[in-house]
Amino acid sequence: MSTEPAVAPAAHQVDPDALLAMYEQMAVIRATEKAAHDLFMRGLVKGTTHLAAGHEAVAVGASAALRDDDYVFATYRGHHHAIARGATPEECLAELMQRSTGVCKAKGGSMHLTRADKGMLGSYAIVGAHLPIANGAAWSAKLRGSGQVAVAFFGDGATNIGAFHEALNLAAVWKLPVVFVCENNRYMEYTPIDRVTAVPNPAADRAPANGMPGVLVDGNDVVVVRDTMAEAVDRARGGDGPTVVEALTYRHFGHSRTDPATYRPAEEVEEWLARDPLLVARERLRALGVGDADIDEADGRAAAVVAEASAAAQAAPPADPAEAFTDVWADGGSSWRT
Amino acid sequence: MADVTTYREAVAEGVAREMRRDPRVVCLGEDIGAAGGVFKTMVGLYDEFGPDRVWDTPISEQAIAGAAMGAAMTGLRPVAEIMFSDFLACCWDYLANEIPKARYMTGGQVTVPLVIRTANGGGLGFGAQHSQAVENWALTVPGLKIAAPSTPADVVGLMAAAIRSDDPVVFFEHKGLFAGKGEPAPPDHVVELGRARVAREGNDVTLVALASTVPLALAAAEQLAGEGVSTEVVDLRCLVPLDMATVLRSLEHTSRLVVVEENPYQGGWGATVASIVADEGFELLDAPVRRVAAACVPLPFADALEDQVIPTVDKVATAVRKLAAY
Repeated sequence: MSTEPAVAPAAHQVDPDALLAMYEQMAVIRATEKAAHDLFMRGLVKGTTHLAAGHEAVAVGASAALRDDDYVFATYRGHHHAIARGATPEECLAELMQRSTGVCKAKGGSMHLTRADKGMLGSYAIVGAHLPIANGAAWSAKLRGSGQVAVAFFGDGATNIGAFHEALNLAAVWKLPVVFVCENNRYMEYTPIDRVTAVPNPAADRAPANGMPGVLVDGNDVVVVRDTMAEAVDRARGGDGPTVVEALTYRHFGHSRTDPATYRPAEEVEEWLARDPLLVARERLRALGVGDADIDEADGRAAAVVAEASAAAQAAPPADPAEAFTDVWADGGSSWRT
Repeated sequence: MADVTTYREAVAEGVAREMRRDPRVVCLGEDIGAAGGVFKTMVGLYDEFGPDRVWDTPISEQAIAGAAMGAAMTGLRPVAEIMFSDFLACCWDYLANEIPKARYMTGGQVTVPLVIRTANGGGLGFGAQHSQAVENWALTVPGLKIAAPSTPADVVGLMAAAIRSDDPVVFFEHKGLFAGKGEPAPPDHVVELGRARVAREGNDVTLVALASTVPLALAAAEQLAGEGVSTEVVDLRCLVPLDMATVLRSLEHTSRLVVVEENPYQGGWGATVASIVADEGFELLDAPVRRVAAACVPLPFADALEDQVIPTVDKVATAVRKLAAY
């Protein structure tokens, strides 16, 4: 499989207003991730965070290709997917800061952001586990005839775990309306993915072996992601089965909060920062005749939204200790005896 | 309706009853379609409900458990079969990390109403990887309900409750009981999860049992009756919810407890029962609590060896006899 895109980036058409809206959504995600980082450094975020700064185009581009009732499954690096599907920066930051207003009532944390009412059915922290679960949602949609599609986002590291392979095979055999989106940021935690993987493109190269197309795309170009996803989603919705989309991208932070990512060569980092999804989108906007002032205004709105969200989240009350004993069972409680 | 039915037939009957009343109930698993399941516990379902509701899967336990979970989260009531309970280890992530935690860690945003059925236990000479009683594995994970019926009627009644439950249920069907016969379940039979049954009344010693150890306990009780020892047998039917109220009530008149469990002594569910009795029923006891459990070795193949390891009528009778004389 070639790493050259099938369609030249310039050939992707986009309406300037639609692109500006996607740009602003990416800017909101970026600002939220920066806020999460800053709050962590101030000691206000416990545990760990896996920031998705750099991956924004994958979430926003994919989301633009989905129906509101489609299902999304993400990983522990999933803030961008939660926000792209409608979670607010405030409830996400509140979750990270253990506030009662957190999107999961402070019972999930950074790695489990979920907004089920928006079809964002969870962030899963066991690598690869959610691919089979996304299959289940797609299977359910198929049986109910709802026309919904399920999308599983995962990292390159997930392509070497059994669940990935089991999921791809079953999805193809059952012709499920599911799209598997690999956010290939080149590193499985601290190790270059190509050092531990037998094929050059860890997700896309495995697709044909499982009877489905694998597409390799520029994951930092929101328009390319959107159009690629639209095709894969149409295919799924039309009953033609699953697709693997491998989106090449790069994280701006380390794997997790404690990782300064010193294992990445400086020139590689520089090269990818120059291809920041926000810069790529800005270039596209300029080419479409959108002025820098309008783009800067979008940045300003995003910054204001997140600043307000961060302040509100910090001001929110801490998690209610009584919540430790709710939500185990469907009756709302935690009693395991009769 | 026949006068007696087998435990095996009761599994298919229990699932079929729920599939008839609720179109959201779908089945998936290895060889469960036209083949009717390797234990023939799904016979007739494919013919009655067709391929849209009875799905054959590849040998992919993670794909099975994951698909069941995703379907349950989005409006279906899947019944997944994991052929041998030993194979739960192949998809343990779903039972340990995904299914039981989804509701809690999302702050109650998702519901996972699924049943994972699996053939559990020894006695049939399948060796160490196909004979284990692993109900204690599930008991280590908060967020899973656990049913393990001992009679055909309970299979149907607990299956109905499990499938109707909005919580995930691991349903242990005992391999050694499949051929066993019993009264068929009456129409619309539902056995609420977490309600133990006093299978035999007695005054001297309480035997607490589950699934395969219920008939063992009853056989031992019958033998001991001839010796003048009156034994009460409590069939727990579920490990979660755990009906300790029935156990403690029994101890009020027996004051002596023997727990009979097929899983290993180390980490076995009897330890939880004994611990609760020590905490909450210490004053009721006139003797130490005894556990008849599997020995802490892998399950051997030969009958003569397996008998050494898992509970037998003789081992139970011996334990009760000693305790009655304490």
